[in-house]
Amino acid sequence: MLYREAGQFKTSYSADQAMLTIPLDRWFVFALAAFAIVGVPLLASEYLMVSILLPVLILSIAALGLNILTGYCGQLSLGTGAFMAAGAYLAYKIATNITWLPIWVVIPLAGLCAAAIGIAFGLPSLRIKGFYLAVATLAAQFFLLWLFVKVPWFVNDSISGVPPAPPRTVFGFQVTGAAAGDEAKYLFVLAFVIALAWIARNLARSRIGRSWMAIRDMDIAAELVGIRPLPTKLSAFAISSFYCGVAGALWAMCYINSVEPTAFDINRSFQVLFMVIVGGLGSVLGSFLGAAFIFLLPIFLNSAPGWFGYSVASDTITHIEFMLFGVLIIFFLIVEPHGLARLWQIAKEKLRLWPFPY
Amino acid sequence: METLYLIFIDPFVQMVVEPAFLVEVLIGGLTSGVMYSLVALGFVLIFKASGIFNFAQGIFVLFAALNFVGLMDLGVHPILAFVITIGIMTALAFVVDRLVLRPLVNQDPIILFMATIGIAFFLEGFGETLWGGDVRPVRVGIPDEALFWEAGFGEILVQSADLFAGVIAAFLVTTLALFFHFTPVGRALRAVADDHQAALSVGIPLNNIWVIVWAVAGFVALAAGIMWGAKLGVQFALSTIALKALPVLILGGFTSIPGAIIGGLIVGAGEKVFENYWGVPLLEGATEDWFAYIVAMIFLFFRPQGLFGEKIIERV
Repeated sequence: MLYREAGQFKTSYSADQAMLTIPLDRWFVFALAAFAIVGVPLLASEYLMVSILLPVLILSIAALGLNILTGYCGQLSLGTGAFMAAGAYLAYKIATNITWLPIWVVIPLAGLCAAAIGIAFGLPSLRIKGFYLAVATLAAQFFLLWLFVKVPWFVNDSISGVPPAPPRTVFGFQVTGAAAGDEAKYLFVLAFVIALAWIARNLARSRIGRSWMAIRDMDIAAELVGIRPLPTKLSAFAISSFYCGVAGALWAMCYINSVEPTAFDINRSFQVLFMVIVGGLGSVLGSFLGAAFIFLLPIFLNSAPGWFGYSVASDTITHIEFMLFGVLIIFFLIVEPHGLARLWQIAKEKLRLWPFPY
Repeated sequence: METLYLIFIDPFVQMVVEPAFLVEVLIGGLTSGVMYSLVALGFVLIFKASGIFNFAQGIFVLFAALNFVGLMDLGVHPILAFVITIGIMTALAFVVDRLVLRPLVNQDPIILFMATIGIAFFLEGFGETLWGGDVRPVRVGIPDEALFWEAGFGEILVQSADLFAGVIAAFLVTTLALFFHFTPVGRALRAVADDHQAALSVGIPLNNIWVIVWAVAGFVALAAGIMWGAKLGVQFALSTIALKALPVLILGGFTSIPGAIIGGLIVGAGEKVFENYWGVPLLEGATEDWFAYIVAMIFLFFRPQGLFGEKIIERV
């Protein structure tokens, strides 16, 4: 009753092709964005903003990137961490060597570099698919990280190999490095998130997004109807790596405030893959839900015993956390293999009929 | 010019000048290759029988070894501990089949792959909750001493434990080969691997087969875990090393048991030789981290199905 399409007529092509055709959806998204931009910096505590929202938002970008590749184009990748690392290291390199370049140009530039690397490692996808491709992307994961650690050029010959993020400002507010204000950092990242999510949503329903989905669903059939696999797959790799690169750059510049290889190891790749699968393959919303779920679950598991007055040794907690994490993943896959985004969709369909049963 | 010399000529000159060192490097590489092979073998078994890419195989190795060592530390005789651990792995196979695979039957391969990652997480936490997270040495009486072998061109140092591991691996592979070719269960496994529906229609119970295959994979994991543990101690790093089994699979082919063995040996020997002759002098070392993956990736361009895999035929 409250939420419905019935009676909402579109009278122009532009209304028909709008991203969110139902007014209620549109208002909800606008309200959410407005709340994220204005409400959160005013209301949220420092801890919530820097330790929870910031990483969740950045990982959402990475999850969006992987979702483009795996969810929309059907190419399984385990190299997300490496593409994030490429973004982080190159953002550092560009920011420190071309100091006059504003940081909001540097980060997309680093994303473009990551995209170029992504294309190179996406080449095997033309011959192989599925798990074979996953192993080929593992090559990217291990080789790129080794390269960034071993070649001191990337970190300007820094002795420790873990240089701090250079402080940069946008509109006079410092947004990167340890000294940056929480609100400034948050809003800076949020701007990227909103822009990239909007682009991803539109890409997915454009010609290129539809050709990705055709390739995903059946590549031979897609080829027969005239979709060229080479540009389609490589564009998915490029755009996915661009997103991951931007996420990596933001992660290093705004969240951990230093460029270090351990932040982008194989576990990061798996973490982002979990986000995509738990959130929902082929869904922009799912990337956000998955990122929030996977990132917050360990935090919740960690602090849950404390709320009930139990104190448990920290290594036991870590082990139990692992166990619960595994069980929850399996449980989730069994209950809803299509992810959190699908649950949201089911809820919306229920809402459409509410309060009547059918 | 000098770089070219260092890349293309010098390593080979070194190999000819010091053949004893080359043989040592090769032996070291082959023994670690055997370990990769054993993990890859577990992957292949499960992939062939159920089409599931079992990411948890690496953790199986760790989990089996943890149980084995944990039981031995409690004072259980090694042979008894071995038997009990096989029992545990079989029980685990049963539980995995009932609680994870059956509810997910007919889902996409990627969903099942995710589920095995879930299993991996669970087992990692479970094993360490049970037995603690310390590095534990395995003492099963495998002799570990340096042997000197007098070859015609110099003296070669060999660890007896490495030789022992090689013998065990050869034994295991032979046993598995015999098992697959000459027992009814083995035949059933091969039939299932070949064609699920045909196997079902001639009366092979698919459900039991899956439990059996996971149990056999658990047994292989135990063997790999004991040998790896004897070499490095049982520690969490085992499961990361096990990731190396993936490029091995690519080289050998996902569906071929001999492929897993030979792929493992090639990867093991190749990465050691590359590390010693090219990696350390030219690339500052630690090339073992990625060498196998890059080789696998390049290999995929030319032969996507691997050395011994079945040719991938696509039908619309």
